Amino acid sequence: MAAQATVAVATNFAAAMKVLAEDFHRASGHEVIVATGSTGKLYAQISHGAPFDVFLAADQDHVRKLERDGSVVKDSRFTYALGALTLWRRDPTPMAGPPQVVLASPAVRHVAIANPRLAPYGKAAQQVLQRLNLWDEVAPRIVIGQNIGETFSMVATGNAEVGFVALSSVFDLQGDAAGSRWDIPQSLYDPIAQDAVLLRHGADNTAAIAFLDFLRSPVAHKIIRGFGYEVMQ
Amino acid sequence: MNASWPDFGPLWVTLRLAGVTTLLLLIAATPLAWWLAFARNRMRPFIEAVIALPLVLPPTVLGFYLLILFNPDSGLGRFWLMLTGDTLTFSFSGLVLASMIYSLPFTVQPLQAAFASMGRAPLAAAAMLHASPLDAFFTVAVPMAARGYLTAAVMTFAHTVGEFGVVLMIGGNIPGRTKVISIAIYEHVETIEYAAAHVLAGLLLVFSFAVLALVYWVNRRHAMRVA
Repeated sequence: MAAQATVAVATNFAAAMKVLAEDFHRASGHEVIVATGSTGKLYAQISHGAPFDVFLAADQDHVRKLERDGSVVKDSRFTYALGALTLWRRDPTPMAGPPQVVLASPAVRHVAIANPRLAPYGKAAQQVLQRLNLWDEVAPRIVIGQNIGETFSMVATGNAEVGFVALSSVFDLQGDAAGSRWDIPQSLYDPIAQDAVLLRHGADNTAAIAFLDFLRSPVAHKIIRGFGYEVMQ
Repeated sequence: MNASWPDFGPLWVTLRLAGVTTLLLLIAATPLAWWLAFARNRMRPFIEAVIALPLVLPPTVLGFYLLILFNPDSGLGRFWLMLTGDTLTFSFSGLVLASMIYSLPFTVQPLQAAFASMGRAPLAAAAMLHASPLDAFFTVAVPMAARGYLTAAVMTFAHTVGEFGVVLMIGGNIPGRTKVISIAIYEHVETIEYAAAHVLAGLLLVFSFAVLALVYWVNRRHAMRVA
């Protein structure tokens, strides 16, 4: 019997989720309705009784908090994707060197990052700058987007010369829109682990349970990697 | 200090932004409102529609266009950068300019109504007594439109205080410069600091109520005096 599940998805994963939902529907007949939003907002909605069956967050903290609150099905939490961070600019000339060189340029008036207090990609960007001992130098030029999508648009519209964005937002841009980027080595920031969980509302929802199984399958892993994420082996 | 106590920095940025915006708008909107009140021009409905646009457009639409208009590669953005050495996006002056667009109808409409209800007669009388147009404007029109100015000032100030979507998109959330109270509240809610969010949100609620009550109270007193 085909069932229906509502999945709350962090905005950075929305594009991948669309493809996953279509594939899952073809394979299982189950239908998935997707609601996107920032992890913090979705968390607030879930803890106030929003009728979501599955939560795909952009981090682990908010999912753990729901776990402690008892809003999730025990032991259903797992990491479905690892986000990657990249230093990106609109100028297509290949970057002359590592971030130290790029960010030191006087032509760089603004460096966009996501809000380190709200967005995991923002926290990672802060770690990169700190580990490269660039934080103090760059801090006066930092502008903050409330989420990684807004940070992307600050750079894409030319308002910030360069920014730390999700690799998944820029890796498939073509031609002039592609700009240039420097993919940050994983050693410079803690893994951006994005966790999924079965919510109490979906405890008996066959579509929700089947979707979470699907999310761990090789087929799903291939799709997720195709959007610039890594997956846990 | 209580851990749940919010940082009040964004409150001062907000008050400064609303104050500067209100002052500049009262000056800039006066000739515009005057023209709209008295001009017989076929273009008038279109100009009134443009001025009223911020009332109906989602702030994200305005913010998105401003992000493109203000960027250093665009004409306006480049001009400003040349003139001041600072960009329009991510700066306090940029927020002032954006707020002036965003709050424009709240200044123009009360002033236009005040000028229109005053009519041409008082100025014609002043002219007959050999007052220069400028003199007549400041000694006759402005005092007669005082209630319109008060409403315009209060509503513009309050509306700018409540601004969120536009600032979110072009402000860059810089503490002390572009981080306003509505952004701070958003951030507190997102990070589950509900106690701090309550303090700032409560302040905004009380303030907005007080402002609206003041405007209605003044208008009612005036209506009774007229009656």
